[in-house]
Amino acid sequence: MSDQNLYERYHRQIILPEFGEVGQQKLLKAKVLVIGAGGLGCPALQYLTAAGVGTIAIIDDDVVALNNLHRQVLYSVNDIGLSKAKRAAHILQQLNPEIKIIAYNQRLATQNALTLIDDFDIIIDGTDNFSTRYMINDACVLLNKPLVYGAISQFEGQVSVFNPQPLKGRNEAVNYRDLFPDPPRDGEVLNCAEAGVLGVLPGIIGTMMANETIKLITGIGEPLIDQLFTYNALNNQVYILNLSARKDTRSLIPKDKKEFLKIDYEWLCAAPVQQNEIDSDIFNRMMVKGNIDVIDVRELHEMPTVNEFNHIRIPLAQLGDNTSLIKSDTVIAFCQSGKRSLQAAKILSGIFGDSKKIYSLRGGIVEWKKQKQTV
Amino acid sequence: MSVKIILFGKLADLAGGTVSVDNVADTDSLIESLNKRYPELATTKYVIAVDKQVITENTVLNKKSMVALLPPFSGG
Repeated sequence: MSDQNLYERYHRQIILPEFGEVGQQKLLKAKVLVIGAGGLGCPALQYLTAAGVGTIAIIDDDVVALNNLHRQVLYSVNDIGLSKAKRAAHILQQLNPEIKIIAYNQRLATQNALTLIDDFDIIIDGTDNFSTRYMINDACVLLNKPLVYGAISQFEGQVSVFNPQPLKGRNEAVNYRDLFPDPPRDGEVLNCAEAGVLGVLPGIIGTMMANETIKLITGIGEPLIDQLFTYNALNNQVYILNLSARKDTRSLIPKDKKEFLKIDYEWLCAAPVQQNEIDSDIFNRMMVKGNIDVIDVRELHEMPTVNEFNHIRIPLAQLGDNTSLIKSDTVIAFCQSGKRSLQAAKILSGIFGDSKKIYSLRGGIVEWKKQKQTV
Repeated sequence: MSVKIILFGKLADLAGGTVSVDNVADTDSLIESLNKRYPELATTKYVIAVDKQVITENTVLNKKSMVALLPPFSGG
């Protein structure tokens, strides 16, 4: 593209005195890695592509699903079942053919994280689970990479800039572990599938992440360094909290690349162990046999209600204290999506050992009800 | 002395958006009092902010103190 065309494409931001041609050149030279092409990744990618970030890479191993479309606005119904990374790259390249867009249709893991992240100037965390979030944070600290963080739950969002390049007069920049030192265990928080999310919320938060990224690259304004921005979409309340480094944070982060590779982030965040999962079909057959205690480990107010089969209700947090309610030798835990029930199965296995057979219903009650409809 | 607490995310579902607690001198006694009122809070992860500063140690409160409890979010 000629300089004239380049000038025209970015004209409206180049004429901003703070931004100028210098700002545009900085963007064109920048390399940004967007991890997760979902609710947060889509809007962040769109604005970074439009703004003219010179190299953008997208890593995501997921495929587009119909229930993504209410918030993952890059995709259409024709993309269902296709790789998010590849589809996003294709769609974005049409928006701006002058920049380089790379698609990695794979999952970020300890084995590829350091090599990949090291190639970029700024990392954007648009993932949807704690294990990847902690892994990204630790990798960024190890490699000295600024991390633009965003996360959402239901109607609320958080944005921050972690671990930026050392600023003058500042010793140590805050990272995610200064805010939350250890990952929560499953059940201590809800994920999107279980908690739900208003579609427009990741649009707002992801767009803010693009804005923070552009500010970091061009050096304009005041990025959310050492601050956590929180937004509530229902009442428009905004809180900006000031963060400071914790003394013990460094001890939680792997010392070097070798140590990083040894960390099992999935385990750290109590991600699923699949061996004791059963599907809806096996669940139904086991129910026919009887002599089973079925436990709903969801919070008492959670929908949908279950009246198709007998069960007891013990929310996950109270499970450990209420094991006396469990009488049968076979126990099946269920929740909304099958995540918390796996954690419940883990807890119960720890308590009962081999004295009881303990299972978790895969896909949760949502999947079970869906299967029932199709039968 | 009554201290106002703003709750975020799942914590707001537990107790409503804003609660106040009487007769607490510092954040440790505040959390102790909240845990009694909302037992689920004891098993939930969150950070505490006083006057918009995230704290890591017990902090003295006064009647103007604004306390916020924030859980981590993982959604994307």
